[in-house]
Order: sequence, then structure tokens, then C-alpha cells
Amino acid sequence: MFDNLKIVWHQGKQFIPDVTTEQVPGIFRGRPIITNEKVDEEAFVELCPTKAIGSSSICIDLGKCTFCGECAVQFPNKIKFTTDYKLSTNIRERLVIYEGNDKPIEVDPTTVRKEIHRIFGHSLKLRQVSAGGDNSCEWELTASNNVQFDMSRFGIDFVASPRHADGIVITGPITQNMAEPLERCYNAIPEPKIIILAGTDAISGGIFADSAAIDRSFLSKYHIDLYIAGNPVHPLTIINGILDFTRKKR
Amino acid sequence: MNYLEMYNNQTVSINDIPKLKYVEFMESNLQLLKNKPERHCVNYFGVKNENNITVYCCIADDNKHQLYISSSILASDATLSSLTAQNHNFEKFEREIHENFGIAYFDHPWLKPFRFSHNRSDKNISIADYPFYSTESEELHEVGVGPIHAGIIEPGHFRFICNGEQILHLEIQLGYQHRGVEQLFLHKTKLLERATLAENIAGDTTVGHTTTFSNLWESLCDFTPDHSLQFSRTLALELERIAIHTGDLAAICADIAYQLGNSVYGRLRTPIVNFFQEWGGNRFAKGLIRPGKINFPFTPELAQRLSDIFIAYERDFNEMSEQFFSLPSVLSRLEKTGIVTSDEALEIGMVGIAARSSGLVRDIRYSHPNNLYIKSFMHKPKIKIQGDVFSRVKLREEEIHQSIFYCKKLLENIPEFKKPENIPFSPGSNKFTLALTEGWRGEICHCAITDENGNLKNYKIKDPSHHNWMALAQSVRNNEISDFPVCNKSFNLSYCGHDL
Ligand code: SF4
Repeated sequence: MFDNLKIVWHQGKQFIPDVTTEQVPGIFRGRPIITNEKVDEEAFVELCPTKAIGSSSICIDLGKCTFCGECAVQFPNKIKFTTDYKLSTNIRERLVIYEGNDKPIEVDPTTVRKEIHRIFGHSLKLRQVSAGGDNSCEWELTASNNVQFDMSRFGIDFVASPRHADGIVITGPITQNMAEPLERCYNAIPEPKIIILAGTDAISGGIFADSAAIDRSFLSKYHIDLYIAGNPVHPLTIINGILDFTRKKR
Repeated sequence: MNYLEMYNNQTVSINDIPKLKYVEFMESNLQLLKNKPERHCVNYFGVKNENNITVYCCIADDNKHQLYISSSILASDATLSSLTAQNHNFEKFEREIHENFGIAYFDHPWLKPFRFSHNRSDKNISIADYPFYSTESEELHEVGVGPIHAGIIEPGHFRFICNGEQILHLEIQLGYQHRGVEQLFLHKTKLLERATLAENIAGDTTVGHTTTFSNLWESLCDFTPDHSLQFSRTLALELERIAIHTGDLAAICADIAYQLGNSVYGRLRTPIVNFFQEWGGNRFAKGLIRPGKINFPFTPELAQRLSDIFIAYERDFNEMSEQFFSLPSVLSRLEKTGIVTSDEALEIGMVGIAARSSGLVRDIRYSHPNNLYIKSFMHKPKIKIQGDVFSRVKLREEEIHQSIFYCKKLLENIPEFKKPENIPFSPGSNKFTLALTEGWRGEICHCAITDENGNLKNYKIKDPSHHNWMALAQSVRNNEISDFPVCNKSFNLSYCGHDL
């Protein structure tokens, strides 16, 4: 008993006081900035493993990017990754970063369904489904509720049964073999409900986008409420994304 | 000679691998393993040719540090006698060959679907039709769990047959995570695409799989990595081991409802994964390990940071562990729970930390060392003999200490790092390469075969989970079903690494 208390005492305060302004350590690859510098466009576009770099007007689609950092190593004057971890939005196009654009990625509150703030603004229970996820986004979703990130202080929790949930968080490119279980899980969640895609694999299929073993038809059937970019998604990206989505006022 | 002798990360000509008649092939490989606990099958797989199938069998000898490779050509519609009937090491491998190529085995004891791969030979059955073992009884009942589980984990289906609270039998059905990784390795021809695939095989083993791929690719392309690359891979492998083992200790605490341990171990994982971010920009070391180069040089400042992190980590970790491993309420949940005996471990062909908890000395760092293992320090595997949950948990704690010691050893001598440059790699033609790495979970094996133009003809991946899922099923027999979660966590196997 006293030994346990001693450990508690030694641990001190571990939680991050303000998750919206916390700085991440090191060289985290968050929102990139693309300069107007002229580069060999073909080589620049060609090098990306997931075709995330677009030509004509040069851009990077963070829904496809695996955040490998290779483009920034080969073209250091053209592209820089900042440590801005706020990479979540409800509008898919906002994940596309254009040349010369240094604006934060945000949720557009005017397009969030009316009932979201009222019903989920103070309590949100989510069911997670890994559908071909490689277990890195899953680890980070778990970490977002550890003693440091402590997402449940905002009333956001993961629950075991879809019947207790207000929405679903999908990771992975959605394999053929998970297509049906995913659909059944979603159907078991009562209305109103939301769908969140967490990570590059879920948003675009990532490196698996053109695999014959995946089936993404589920996504074309339903409205996607929130895209959280990352490979894997950072806990701060997750928490800020969900908070922006459920609490930002019009 | 019935087999070709080679070493870890060696590239050989595919034509030098003996092609045996199936009867000889079978006899030779069974003989190699007979009464030899130091040997096991690290890979056994088929490759489709125009009209037939070639199977390659790779046996590792831990004492001689060698690999024995042999092959046999099978007709596409062959019905054969199975190796599994005589040695259970081959059980999963033969199921995979059966599923992918339609080879039939008349005496395989458990010839069930393997992962329902998209390119399986029999598309008439789908993942919902898996033929579970079942029993007609008034007293026994079945419990089905999954594919979607209660927590934030990957999907797989577990079917228990229980007598009251007691588990008599568990069958584990996998395949839900199948993404077609091996086929994509052939379709995607750019090196960065393949490296990206390797780092997504199992996101909790990014370093393990990217290191295996990089070592393999460099060998296949006749490129010798310099000291800085070897250093980075060895250091990153040990850091990954520390990070995941720490997270596993937290998860074990959660499963036995020891909240303090869950919180403290859970938060102790953070400085280690954050260090990966400081070094390479990603908490899971994605983007860090690449063939022929490293984009993020390891600097003396990083070395200082890591030393400081270890000081703070060890203080809290030791205090927590001392308490955790002496609490009667903890020990009573872990000791004598989920036992796998060393005979069973041998029969299953277990690898990695789970095998070492059951008395098997299986550790690639010692038996088939690569990178800086041996060169910078001699690794001596830590072994437990009881094979219970406690052994697997305690071994994690001991391996964390060992890995920190190795990291500190590496930090004494930081090599010069070159500016990253893209090497124009070209694989040799008609080659065979095999790479083994000891990831935190156990032995990772990648095999590559090239055609006459030096293009990849086959890329075979084996995660340690491939062997160990059967061990989990074995471990829970006669245990209470309420002990299943803690047994499961003590193995912490990969679904996506198995399903590919
Ligand atoms: S960081 Fe993103 S955009 Fe750049 S090369 Fe990698 S995947 Fe492509």
C-alpha cells in the first residue's frame, strides 16, 4: 500500500495540461509547407511511394502521404515538414496542401451536421474497428487515453460494444475479409452516429490503395464525418481533431 | 548433398539449391529436424511457375549458425503425403501452400484454410465459412469471440469449447487483416514503395521488418552497408524491443486490473517512442530504416538525450517493477497460468520471447547474428523454463534491462554518418536471399527470389506470429476462460503480420 503510494508520489503529474497548445518533441513530421521554388517536377512527383504529390499546381495530399519524409530529404528547399500536428478535418479536400500555402488545417464548422455539437459535444463514445490496420494507429488510439494524453477528461472514450457507441473509428485500408464485419458493426450503432477515418491507410488505402485484397465500398455508401491524417495518427492529432469536430461553434 | 548450406543474409544462385524428388525432399527435411532441438523450420513456401510449383524449405541450425535450403518441384494438381503428419513444425506452412496453390495433402491432420488470401486457389469458400472444430455435447458449450474484439486491437476470430469456466479447446481463425502484401512486393517496383510496404507489414515491428528487408535487399544487390547503417539498425531494434515490451507490461497490468502498473508502464513507453520521433520524426520509426542509406543521422546530441532518457526511465521502471513482481495479487494471476511446456514449444516450432520463456534457446541475435550483434557485444539469450504467463512477463522485464545495456554499449562508439544518397540498386539474376532478424516478438524471416532479368519473382514474409499463434491456443487449455486475456497479452501476437 505505502509502496504503491510512494510510486504515485514519484510519478508526480504526468498529464499534458493543455493538449491544444502542447509542443511535440524533436522533428515530428506534421503539416508540410511547400515553397514556390522551381524543381524538377517530374522527379519530385515520381519519388513519392503513394502518389501523394500532385503535379500541375504542386500539392501534397496528406490523406495519401505516408509521412516518410523522403520528399523533404531530396528537395529540402521545396518542402518542409512543420511540427504542426493538427491534421484533422471534416472536408477531405482540406488535407491537400498546395504550394505556398501555410494555413492550418481545420474543421469547417458550417458543414458539421447540426446535431453533432448538441449531442456529442460533451460526451462521445466510440467503437474502434481495425480493418487491415497495421497496429500502429491502434497503439496510438490506445495511447490517446493514457495518463499523459488522457482524452477521457473530455468525455471521449472507446467502448466495447457498438450498441453503446456514438460512432466508429476505422483504421486500415479495409480488407475484403473485414468488409462485412465492419458493415455489421456500423449497423449495430444507434443513430445518430459518426464515422471517423484514422490514418493514411483508412483515408486513402495508403500503400495498399491498389491491392486486389482490399474492398473500400463501405466508404462510398456513407458520409465520412472526420479525417485524421497520419501514419500512424499522433495522439494529439486525434484529440484535437475530435475536439474541433464536436465542439467548434459556428 | 540434399541441401545447400548458407548463412543469414547470404545470397546464393537459385540453381545451386538442390531440386529433390518430393519423397527425398520430405525425408531429408524430416531427418534434419529429427531429435535436433537446435534446428527448426524458418520458412517453407511455394513459388508458382508456368506449369508447376516449386517449394523451398529452409531449416535453421542454431549451433552451426547455418541454414539448409532444399527444393522440390510439384505438379499443380498433386496430392501428397504431408510433412506435418510427422513433424508439427510444418503445420501452418503446409496449410498456406494448400490454400495458395491447391496442393492436397492426404494425411495432414488439420488442413484448414489459412488466411483466405485474395489469390487463394479455392474461391468458393469465404472467410465466413471457416470449418471450426465443434463438438456435440449436453455439458460443453462454445464461446465465439471476434472478429472484432472488445478493445482497440486487430481482428481475428477465437472459438472456445468450454466445460463451465474451463477451456478445453481454442481454435484461432485468422485472415481478416489480409492486405496482399507479398503480391504488392512484386507489383510495386520502386525501392521506396517496397520499403514502405515492409514498414507496414506490422506497425508494431516497423524496425524489425524494415531491417530484415534492408539487410536482404543489400545482400541481393551486392551492397555492403557501412558501420553507421548497421549501428542504426541494431540500436533501433533494441529501442523497439524496449518500447513494445514496456507497453506490453502496461497491457498485462490492465488485464489483471492493476491500475497503477498500467499507468506507470504505459507512460514509460512514451519517452522511448518519443525518442524515435526525435531521431527520425515518427514515434514508430517509420521512415527511419532504409536500404543503402539513412535519412536521419544519429548525432552525439541524440546520444546524450538517449542517455538522459535511460536514467529517468530506469529509476521509475525499477521502482515499479520491484513492486509489481512482488505483489501476491499480481503473482497469483500470472504464475502457473497459460503454461506451454518446452516439449510442446519444440513440437509447435515456437520462436522468440515466447519460446525463450518455455526453455528453448531461440534467438537470432545469438544463433544467426546480423548487423552489430557479435561485433559490438555478445548477446546471451535470457531463458525461463516454466513457460507460464509469469515467465513471459518477467522475461520482458529482464530483456528491457538487457536491451538498455546494449544500447548504452552502442552509444559508447557513435560512427560517422554520411549524407544520405540514393544507391542505384540492381538485384542479381536467378538469386535466392534469406534474411533473419530477431524482432521484439521473435524471429522475422524474409526470402526473395529473382528471375533471369533480376526482377523479383517471389517475396516471402514470415512474422514470428506465424509460429506462435498455435502456442497461444495450446497455452489456454484447461485454464479458466477469464484468464484468456492475460494469456493472450503475454504472447501479444500480430494479426496483420500473420495475415499479410
Ligand atoms: S512524405 Fe509523403 S509526400 Fe513526401 S514522399 Fe513521403 S509519402 Fe510522398
